[in-house]
Amino acid sequence: MAKSDVKLIGAWASPFVMRPRIALNIKSVEYEFLEEILGSKSQLLLESNPVHKKIPVLIHGGKPICESLVIVEYIDEVWSPGPAILPSDPHDRALARFWAAYLDEKWFPAMRNIVTAKDEEARKALMDQVGEGLVLLEGAFSKCSKGKGFFGGDQIGYLDIAFGSFLGWLRALEKMNGVKLMDETKTPGLLKWADSFSSHPAVKDVFPETEKLVEFAKVLAKFKATLPK
Amino acid sequence: MAEVKLYGFWPSPYSHRIIWALKLKGVEYEYIEEDLSNKSESLLKYNPVYKKTPVLVHGDKPIAESLVILEYIEETWPENPLLPKDPYERAMARFWIQYGVDTVAALRAFYHGSGEELEKAATELLESLKILEEQGLGDKKFFGGESMNLVDISYGALGYWLAAVEEVKGVKVLEPSTLPRLHAWAKNLDELPVVKENIPASDKMMAYFTAAMNRPAKN
Repeated sequence: MAKSDVKLIGAWASPFVMRPRIALNIKSVEYEFLEEILGSKSQLLLESNPVHKKIPVLIHGGKPICESLVIVEYIDEVWSPGPAILPSDPHDRALARFWAAYLDEKWFPAMRNIVTAKDEEARKALMDQVGEGLVLLEGAFSKCSKGKGFFGGDQIGYLDIAFGSFLGWLRALEKMNGVKLMDETKTPGLLKWADSFSSHPAVKDVFPETEKLVEFAKVLAKFKATLPK
Repeated sequence: MAEVKLYGFWPSPYSHRIIWALKLKGVEYEYIEEDLSNKSESLLKYNPVYKKTPVLVHGDKPIAESLVILEYIEETWPENPLLPKDPYERAMARFWIQYGVDTVAALRAFYHGSGEELEKAATELLESLKILEEQGLGDKKFFGGESMNLVDISYGALGYWLAAVEEVKGVKVLEPSTLPRLHAWAKNLDELPVVKENIPASDKMMAYFTAAMNRPAKN
């Protein structure tokens, strides 16, 4: 398929954008990456995602697909033959989807809110929540990996992508707050997995550097301060 | 065929979603009613993360989170498909199911709200439903076209359940004047035998809501 048939609207720092990028890499699909600029939304984005006006948006043969995990499932279904992203067993698929929903609906919002926490007490409560979530995810890792290196087993899969896309920001948060949320005592499996994931061929070119995210967090904070309340 | 059990809670639309899906697929199952004020050992064992209903147990394997359960049912019992075959159409169906997660949040705010909060929740719910009607449903009879599919199932609470809540709250949101197509869709959905025969009676639900809303808030 010609490169121009597959476009992805996104931004380098967004964990949600990382997800379809990894999926496309796993399937060895060439695509055109259209980078959005912070503070303005392109006409193409507004037209392609009129409901949410958010990235990522995959445009395949002119048709837009929105919502990062919906895009990942789409990529898995369209480019098949190609390494499978979702597990083949229905119960394993349900487990992967369950934990992805947990990440997006409970875990990530707590992590994201740490930055805007109103005081030290609120911040600590959120960090505890994130830490407890990681312990749950360590359990999920043992169960899903079945002794192998990834949630998907031997190969990275749906849940590796869903969770791994947040690692950059997790590390940036650890650095900015001088804490370790993932550590050898509570989450040894995840620590090892995080290294394997971030250095995986389908991931490493789109995995953001911690330093760059720390700098970007400052830019983001300044930008948000200029927005009307 | 391994045994199928559904742990549910009779007033909850999340549980109703699963009942409709199982019925549409012709799957035999055992229904176990949970008393959420006194959760069973089984529920805590099968859903340790959230400790909520519904939980589907197939063989001895539990699945929690109603939308995850719906996809599991679709994949495990492929007869009478409830998602489109075409990958793009499937992605669109999943997009709208995902949009419903936000709609459900607005419904919950409406359910729990009173006074100013209730008004705000009603306004936000209306805005959310306008987008759903305009861009999701359009002029289709059901989200699934001529018959209901997973998208319709996921929005099922907008019919019978919302109507009961509106009655108890004394505030209407889904009306023919403001949301004509969505209102018609809800009426059509509620008339389908699989829905009509598998929802609690309206007065029973309203009595439950009234009692629940008047209970002192949990800490």
